[in-house]
Amino acid sequence: MPIRAPRAVNPFATTSPSSSPALDAMNEKADQQRRPSFTKGNKLASLFGGGSPRTRSEAAAIQAAILAQEKALNSPSSLSLPSINLTTATGEKMPSESKTLFQPPSPEEAQKQAKAHAQFGPLGSPAHRYTSQHVGDFAEPIEDEPPYYFLITTYISYLILIVFGHVRDFFGKRFRKQHYSHLAERDGYAPLNSDFDNFYTRRLKMRINDCFSRPTTGVPGRYITLLDRESSDGNNTFKLLGTSTETLNMSSYNYLGFAQSDGPCADATEVIIRKYGVSMASPRADAGTSDLALEVEDLVAKFVGKPASMVFSMGFVTNATAFPTLVGKGCLIISDELNHASIRFGARLSGAMIEMFKHNDMRDLERKLRDVIAQGQPRTHRPWKKILVVVEGLYSMEGTMCNLPALVQLKKKYKFNLFIDEAHSVGALGPRGRGVCDYFGIDPAEVDILMGTLTKSFGANGGYIAADKDIIDKLRTQNAAMLFAESPAPPVLVQIASALRIITGEYVPGEGEERLQRLAFNSRYLRLGLKRLGFIVYGHDDSPIIPIMLYNPAKMPAFSHEMLRRKISVVVVGYPATPLVSSRARFCVSAAHTKEDLDRMLAACDEVGDLLQLKFSSGVAGGAAPGDVVGVKEDEGNLESLVVKKPRWRLVDVVRTGVEDAKVPLR
Amino acid sequence: MDLNDAQGKLVRLFNDANTQFHKMPGSAIILRYIKSSYQNDPVRSAIELFLFLFAVRYLLAPAYSTQKNKEVSLSEEEVEELVDEWTPEPLVTPITPLEEAENTKRPIIVGPTGPKVKLSNGRTVTNLASCNFYNFVANETIKEKAIQTLRTYGVGPCGPPGFYGTQDVHMKTEADVASHLGTPACIVYAQAFSVVSSVIPSFSKRGDIIVADKAVNYAIRRGIQISRSTVRWYEHNDMEDLERVLQKVVKEQAKKRLTRRFIITEGLFENIGDVVDLPKLVELKLKYKFRLILDEAWSYGVLGRTGAGVTEAQNVDASEVDMITGSLSGPLCAAGGFCAGSEEVVEHQRISSASYTFSAALPALLSTTASETISMLQEEPELLSSLRENIKAMRAQLDPRSDWVNCTSSVDNPVLLLVLKPEVVTSKNLSIEDQHQIVQDVVDECLANGVFIAKLRPMPKALGTSPQDESWQPTPALKVCLTIGLNKKETEKAGVIIRHAITKIMTRRK
Ligand SMILES: Cc1ncc(COP(=O)(O)O)c(C=O)c1O
Repeated sequence: MPIRAPRAVNPFATTSPSSSPALDAMNEKADQQRRPSFTKGNKLASLFGGGSPRTRSEAAAIQAAILAQEKALNSPSSLSLPSINLTTATGEKMPSESKTLFQPPSPEEAQKQAKAHAQFGPLGSPAHRYTSQHVGDFAEPIEDEPPYYFLITTYISYLILIVFGHVRDFFGKRFRKQHYSHLAERDGYAPLNSDFDNFYTRRLKMRINDCFSRPTTGVPGRYITLLDRESSDGNNTFKLLGTSTETLNMSSYNYLGFAQSDGPCADATEVIIRKYGVSMASPRADAGTSDLALEVEDLVAKFVGKPASMVFSMGFVTNATAFPTLVGKGCLIISDELNHASIRFGARLSGAMIEMFKHNDMRDLERKLRDVIAQGQPRTHRPWKKILVVVEGLYSMEGTMCNLPALVQLKKKYKFNLFIDEAHSVGALGPRGRGVCDYFGIDPAEVDILMGTLTKSFGANGGYIAADKDIIDKLRTQNAAMLFAESPAPPVLVQIASALRIITGEYVPGEGEERLQRLAFNSRYLRLGLKRLGFIVYGHDDSPIIPIMLYNPAKMPAFSHEMLRRKISVVVVGYPATPLVSSRARFCVSAAHTKEDLDRMLAACDEVGDLLQLKFSSGVAGGAAPGDVVGVKEDEGNLESLVVKKPRWRLVDVVRTGVEDAKVPLR
Repeated sequence: MDLNDAQGKLVRLFNDANTQFHKMPGSAIILRYIKSSYQNDPVRSAIELFLFLFAVRYLLAPAYSTQKNKEVSLSEEEVEELVDEWTPEPLVTPITPLEEAENTKRPIIVGPTGPKVKLSNGRTVTNLASCNFYNFVANETIKEKAIQTLRTYGVGPCGPPGFYGTQDVHMKTEADVASHLGTPACIVYAQAFSVVSSVIPSFSKRGDIIVADKAVNYAIRRGIQISRSTVRWYEHNDMEDLERVLQKVVKEQAKKRLTRRFIITEGLFENIGDVVDLPKLVELKLKYKFRLILDEAWSYGVLGRTGAGVTEAQNVDASEVDMITGSLSGPLCAAGGFCAGSEEVVEHQRISSASYTFSAALPALLSTTASETISMLQEEPELLSSLRENIKAMRAQLDPRSDWVNCTSSVDNPVLLLVLKPEVVTSKNLSIEDQHQIVQDVVDECLANGVFIAKLRPMPKALGTSPQDESWQPTPALKVCLTIGLNKKETEKAGVIIRHAITKIMTRRK
């Protein structure tokens, strides 16, 4: 059988020995880690072998084990309504009288505490903490692949969906004209949606529409309350039933758990609403610049380690208006192919040329850079005025981080400007929560522009840009959002300020650190657990965004519904947000989750994974039991055959060993 | 020996290949074709082969020539040299003295905004620069409601609307706006500025046609730019010119495939302050079969008996307008924006309007504030009538009475835009820069006399565009925003100060 070469060889390394040896060295290291997931033999052997359902008795045993485990952990059963357990409360927020007198808290107290714990779970044990920090070399996460069987059935599923869609369209357009009137020309008006563009929505998304835009109420904290709804017309419209379900929230970007209606942030916000009202009623440039806004800008700048910063009332608009102030005609934007819609929006507005490079592929980026610098602008071949490389700190659909060390190396050689969108990474990564620079231990001065949003980790709204003072000064006079858009609302500003102060330890010393470390632990614990159970998990070890692969489009609604039945809310995404075959479910871990919550999540995934045959993993991406990794076969110069057994741990073992093992590399 | 081996292998390979080829379905046909075409004429076969290869190459080549063909091929050393040589421009150009002044002079409000504000230099001034028209900022009921919401929802919804960010309060605000306007549906965005620039490209694509007023605001322009549609401009608020443009478009497009066509304009113009002639516009759009996108960012909450905007003020059924975009952050003193229209229009945006789909939802407490202020406007028409009293009082001080400026805003617009009279500009031979300078001086003079007013901002130009390809820019103007937080007396007094400041600056100038 022919053996594939592990990767294409760096074209520059072979032809020009002078080209950035440092980067090549880095890539070589990455190579060693970036092994192809399967040898062909492995793959064929596992053709029909992904996650066969267990026998009945085994399932029963597991059930019993889970129950025992849960009893031991004193946590709510995985299928019951999430009830708040007061005995696990650490007591740090309990009034001290009741503690010293050994009295149970009064009913109101208990209720209040229950509410608080539904938003932010108490820390179960000091062992459930970890520091988010980069160690060793930047390793590309290994992307495992499912047995061919699943890929083939995925394609077939799409084929069937598309064929059915067209058949239904064919007959529908002839016999049920009124349902298709919006796609046809109507008394001289072209249809608002073109038939072709609308096909995907109409025929594919509509089927699973009930998994999206689920209405909620209350705080999107540890738990989130969904408003129950049903549809009687194939998900076209929904009727609210008037009831609600409290679910474990694995979907909100509430990384540090600042979505709270009690506690220091909410208290500060209340004070400010009383004093300031809720609005500045003016763009920043006119009469919208308040002392609060400047204070927050100062805090943000200090936090991310830049001399100055600017805050905006929306993250999307921050990007949309930032690029036109930085680059224009004669400039080039080189953007990661998976960058967020707001970056594309801003880049297009700027009028600069846009090039893409393969997601996180530093070789492709270097190739592009050499190419564009050497060739200059198209047609005229004039040199580019500026080149701006745009990446995200943490990618929200992949859970991967940008390769900052390599980017900084490249930047030194190629002199481009670097823009990092830290929407998901600020607060969520780094020992002090200050984003990717903190995580990789790189001086923020190495990055020209640090952009981020305040919507996620800080539980507020808006975005910021941090950079050198001359850049920010310029932005203040030129940025369209500064001139025309509403300024951030005072309650939102104070939420940001108090969240930042908690993280830095200025308010409630110790709490910020606890949040950061709990998030890091929770992320690793859940990720490791899912790997061991046999799921294909994307992304880096420390990422709080954990996507598991579903592949088959029909598994998206099935997974979402099964999780909802177990009172867990998750996000499922498929084409077009992801490539056609790689539909996935995405979990966002929060510092507000307790280990019991994650165990509940693991138990649910274990069951649903068996039910839906989601345990595809071959073990190359980690999760195998120590004894099962036979090691790297280095004979015949063939480095790629890492022989591993497929990880299919029992849930009890996952839970038993997880706390310890989450603190070492998740292999 | 070796040679023999090799030969044996070759023969075996050839035999294998031969049998494989014969096993291939269709191989017999190919063989037969080659045999019959060969006809003992190798030249003919060669030509056929050549033609075949040419066809393959032709089919595989890209449909249009790409940049690649024009690339200069360089050796690695040359590339290396070019990389070393390349020096980028600094990320931003150095700040100009004017911009510097702008940054240092920008007033910083300490404490809450309101009719009187305290500035960071310690002075308290009359604030005629915010759109706090109804003084909702100071309203205790609104504050209470906001705090209640805070205590049940926290601040941010921590997610986009599609992923558990849609809260019941958003659905209520959507219903409130829709019923206020009288449209079937409405969608609420997290920021007003982003609405129209995202709504336009979600409907109008490449090949579609947009006919827009020349004076539309910056956000609309960016929306049009993103949409990549074909744009035609008509003279500001000139319905005859609009009709001419529409006719032209219809004629040009008569033989082509029918594409979507839109008219885009504003209710109250951000840059001029005047009001659109909606009945005429609707008549034209129906006649020429265009759809209408109306940006009511400055008219919603201001015009009409209950503040429902131009449709209410000019007695047009809101459902005649295909998409009404508006702001909840201006007159309503909450945050966010909306787009109202039919169910189809709204549902389409939920999945394809970028700044809705890819951005976190509006904080709940700002959403409930919007609901609250909308119902206040409907229940207390006194709010609107007293604002109009103040507008009248202020205009009386300025428009006919000042020798130097006139007001381009419509009579009901609480944002008075004051531009230098054309005769003043010609007699004094004032360039645009001079006018900007005068406006800035007047703003400074007013502030020195305790009245805080704003100025109209020119639209930032894209970097790298030359001065020649300048797009439309508003005339430099003072911006005076009225509020019912001041009574009629106070408003008049402020008006006098502004008038005197204008006179002082203008007479000082030779
Ligand atoms: C990378 C990135 N940038 C920007 C944004 C937009 O931020 P906001 O939700 O605050 O508008 C997001 C949010 O989804 C994001 O993921």
